[in-house]
Amino acid sequence: MIHVIAFYLFAVLTVASGAITILARNPVHSVLWLILAFFNAAGLMVLVGAEFIAMLLVIVYVGAVAVLFLFVVMMLDIDFAELRAGFVRYFPFGALVALVLLAEIVLGIGAYRAGALHLGTPDGTAATPVGASNIEAIGALLYSRYLFLFESAGIVLLVAMIGAIVLTHRQRSDTRGQNVRKQNMRRPDEATVNVRPEVGKGVQL
Amino acid sequence: MIGIEHYVVVSSILFVLGVLGIFINRKNVIVILMSIELILLAVNINLVAFSAFLHDLTGQIFAMFVLTVAAGEAAVGLAILVIYFRGRGTIAVDDVNRMKG
Repeated sequence: MIHVIAFYLFAVLTVASGAITILARNPVHSVLWLILAFFNAAGLMVLVGAEFIAMLLVIVYVGAVAVLFLFVVMMLDIDFAELRAGFVRYFPFGALVALVLLAEIVLGIGAYRAGALHLGTPDGTAATPVGASNIEAIGALLYSRYLFLFESAGIVLLVAMIGAIVLTHRQRSDTRGQNVRKQNMRRPDEATVNVRPEVGKGVQL
Repeated sequence: MIGIEHYVVVSSILFVLGVLGIFINRKNVIVILMSIELILLAVNINLVAFSAFLHDLTGQIFAMFVLTVAAGEAAVGLAILVIYFRGRGTIAVDDVNRMKG
């Protein structure tokens, strides 16, 4: 019983906060509702026993991606009222496309429920071993059969990181930064030294 | 009892909301990126639900890779957004045609 209640709570909150995400006037509010949607989706995933993906969702999305969105929304000085100008004009067409899409998906689910479609049956090689927790089973699978894909995902992240840095990096000329080359080329005889000459002797320049 | 259909319905509603968000916020590229995140979240819910109900972990592994690509896509998309704003002073993207050759 509690399982059903929790499912409906998480499902309704996920859908509602997703709807407010796309309808909110202020993008900062959109980001916050997006975070709520991700939290509730993580709850849905916990309900089916996929704890690791749920925690990953919270850490990666709420901890990294949503904060990235918040930073960008807050750093750019944007007139958001002007950006909503086409809202009323695009809404009917968008709603039409969305309704058609939803009707098609619901039709597909109905066809599946009616028993006309058959899902592929898993061969059992990727099933959770008896007694193993979700994270143990995922780790055993990820570091053996899917090792190549796992490392490819690492490469994807590396490329994304380098791409983002290269895109946004700029050389500023109005600030005085450290000149590493000049520091390394410096010789002792052109350095400034601290001397304490005796009275009347003068210094060698 | 909660079956696979419940999860598929939730994820399809979320998917359609993401598509609708792309349509109705055509000027605001930040909300478009958030809509793409919603779509990918719907896909992830679907993958995880099927993985759990079919007792096959491949779906959860694949959801992790979707998560990876979504994070990279958000980072690069926001970087492009930042340099676009630096050059134009606005993020209205419904008439972006600088690269038409």
